[in-house]
Amino acid sequence: MKQHVYESIYLSEKDFQEGRVLFETWDPNARYAWDAGVAIGRFLQGLKAGRLIGTHCPQCDRVMVPPRMFCEHCFVPADAFVPLQDTGTVVTFSLCYVTWDMERVEEPQIPAVIAIDGASRGMGILHLLGEVDPQAVKIGMRVQAVWKPEEEREGAITDILYFKPLQSPSHPITQSPSPQSKRGAK
Amino acid sequence: MGRNRVAVVGAGMTRFVRRAQETAKELAWEAASKALESCELTLDDIDAVIVDSAPEAFDGVHMKSEYLSDGAGGWGKPVIRGYVGGGTGVFAPIQGWYHVASGLFDTVLVVAEEKMSSCQPHPQGAFLTIFDHTTERPLGPNLLWIFALEMNAYMSRYGLDKRDIALVSVKNKRNAADHPAALLGDPNITVEDVLNSEVLAWPVQRLDVSPVTDGAVALVMCAEHVARRVTDKPVWVEGVGWSLDTAYWTSRDLSYPTYVEEAARMAYKMAGITEPRKQIHIAEPYDPFDYKELHHLEGLMLFDRGKAPEATALGITQRDGDLPVCPSGGLLGVGNPIAAAGLMKVAELFWQLRGEAGARQVPGQPKRGVAQAWGDLMQVGTVIVLGI
Repeated sequence: MKQHVYESIYLSEKDFQEGRVLFETWDPNARYAWDAGVAIGRFLQGLKAGRLIGTHCPQCDRVMVPPRMFCEHCFVPADAFVPLQDTGTVVTFSLCYVTWDMERVEEPQIPAVIAIDGASRGMGILHLLGEVDPQAVKIGMRVQAVWKPEEEREGAITDILYFKPLQSPSHPITQSPSPQSKRGAK
Repeated sequence: MGRNRVAVVGAGMTRFVRRAQETAKELAWEAASKALESCELTLDDIDAVIVDSAPEAFDGVHMKSEYLSDGAGGWGKPVIRGYVGGGTGVFAPIQGWYHVASGLFDTVLVVAEEKMSSCQPHPQGAFLTIFDHTTERPLGPNLLWIFALEMNAYMSRYGLDKRDIALVSVKNKRNAADHPAALLGDPNITVEDVLNSEVLAWPVQRLDVSPVTDGAVALVMCAEHVARRVTDKPVWVEGVGWSLDTAYWTSRDLSYPTYVEEAARMAYKMAGITEPRKQIHIAEPYDPFDYKELHHLEGLMLFDRGKAPEATALGITQRDGDLPVCPSGGLLGVGNPIAAAGLMKVAELFWQLRGEAGARQVPGQPKRGVAQAWGDLMQVGTVIVLGI
């Protein structure tokens, strides 16, 4: 099949960096103003007040977080905002030693999916872990939100600085949102 | 159902490289002209063109497929673009299939191109905007996070360690050593090399990941009456399927790709496949990360959940094993120019089923293969079954 391959011209990183080939560059200046929306707007309001909230689906009874104004499974409107705890369980995590542009960092960032207490099984949010030895992080670990001081909160996901370990035994992992059966029926 | 039978009759590709001197449009032309040449057709024989490519942010060119269209043979013809993120490369021949199966066109040219190297300082930047602008982006995520989180969930669910998964990277990079277009083929790579490579976002290490790549791939697809005139070795599209999971990815079970299973069920039903493990002879699942090959083999129902690593360790997925997986060398070995990488997998099935894969040829005259890709917000599965 070699005859079906076009031998493209290969450049090394050095050729490019030393300008041995012709190229153009452009630095885009892109600015956006995003509306938070109905459900996330309320979520942000809750964060400012130091609370996590979800929404409830009247049909499948899921308590959903991040909150949405509709249930994507049942395709009906959510009927209530539901207060949640600011504690949860680590569903999965990473120890990240690089930035988006592949620069190395000394202390790893610890992103995690955290299943929030009071929401339905497996309903998690993305956040960071802190005040913990990276090597001690475990899936199933119980964690609690560490909030910014009230006067510094601005209605943003960063009003929670990170989640830190709770001093209590690990729970079993929560997985699979419950209405899997619906998918099979489609 | 009144669908016309559709065949793949030609395939061509560019060499996959880290940085090509050619523009995106020139790469598209190189692949398209090789595909036409392979089946001795010219652009005059082509009724419609499919030009697929992944994020426009790689190129910084809006309406990217329209920009590419001249290079892809689109001048003066019906042209359409498909884009489902990383799933694009297998979605492209699905589009080619329904263009012809519907009876609207007899012969189509399917081109997938990606030039990732233009994006500075690193093409990962093009992916930062896939995260939710209000609930996720303020946390400063990078693309590796999501794969690391998924890989850890998969390893934890089944009690796997890094060694079980590194075997995939070793197999694919070794397979790629026999591919004339490969970027990262290495006949001597070992599990230790993978385990000792730089940690990026644990559990993801450097050699668990496919490289940034430039390249293009093209296929010629046509109706049966044309295929019979063009070749005595048509490769038939037996089934296609695709499915999308929720964008609320933190609510999903990250240890199993349900959307791949849904796409596979659709394709298998169309192909009349009731026992995929017996009826499929080669698989080209999407492998941008080594764990993804395992994840996807399970979603394709070719192994039980959590059992693909064991099958890999037993050698079942080697080129001369019972179920050769990624005999091409996959994205880990040949390279990962996003949309082109998926279509490279379909081209590999085409060459393998025709017995034209050269040093990579799978023994035993395989009759049927499946290719699959994955992408969007880690939520789409695209599947195609080819057979002779």
